[in-house]
Amino acid sequence: MSEGVVKKFMFVNRKSPYGTVYALESLEVVLISAAFDQDVSLVFMDDGVYQLKKGQQTKGIENKNFSPTYRALDGYDIEKLYVEQESLDARGLTEDDLLVDVTVLSKADMGKLMDDMDVVLSF
Amino acid sequence: MLHIVNKSPLERNSLESCLRVAQSGAILLIEDGVLAATRGNAAAATLTEAASRLKIYALAPDLEARGMQDRVLEGVTTVDYGGFVDLVAEHKNCQSWL
Repeated sequence: MSEGVVKKFMFVNRKSPYGTVYALESLEVVLISAAFDQDVSLVFMDDGVYQLKKGQQTKGIENKNFSPTYRALDGYDIEKLYVEQESLDARGLTEDDLLVDVTVLSKADMGKLMDDMDVVLSF
Repeated sequence: MLHIVNKSPLERNSLESCLRVAQSGAILLIEDGVLAATRGNAAAATLTEAASRLKIYALAPDLEARGMQDRVLEGVTTVDYGGFVDLVAEHKNCQSWL
């Protein structure tokens, strides 16, 4: 795999976990992409920021709590996680509420980062 | 009447439409709908305002799943699945704002 072309991939996560299957499906694709040695960035904006909220307990709704997987991503060399500041603000959340280290970007910087990508996948 | 809302207020306008129409009775927030009942959410103010004419409930297991159980708005009553059933049984009719 090391001889292939490396492209900049961005996964844009905009949905709350559990209410729909998007968050979990995105995570599955991200893990698959890790096997192809690409330059992967993850973005969490709008309700997607809830995917990274600390303290998720899913026993009551009988769903799998997949939030610990975000902490395991650096083991797959996926270390570029970005969160939009404005999305946190609109939900009363701060960086301290998130269960993994992220880079918080303004909406303007998020736009620039997105412009710079080769492939953008939206969830 | 019992109004049931299961969508995030920042993704869909279900809660907004519900609050525009509902005059009395109760609202039960479930699934992503519970996010409206959390402190600091942009929809919190409208929900608090509606609490003067409507009783507001939120499903606790859905708050817990999203890690938001510790930041429920004042004036919102949390219920479990048994409480959900009781609310449906207590009200004459219900509307799910899908």
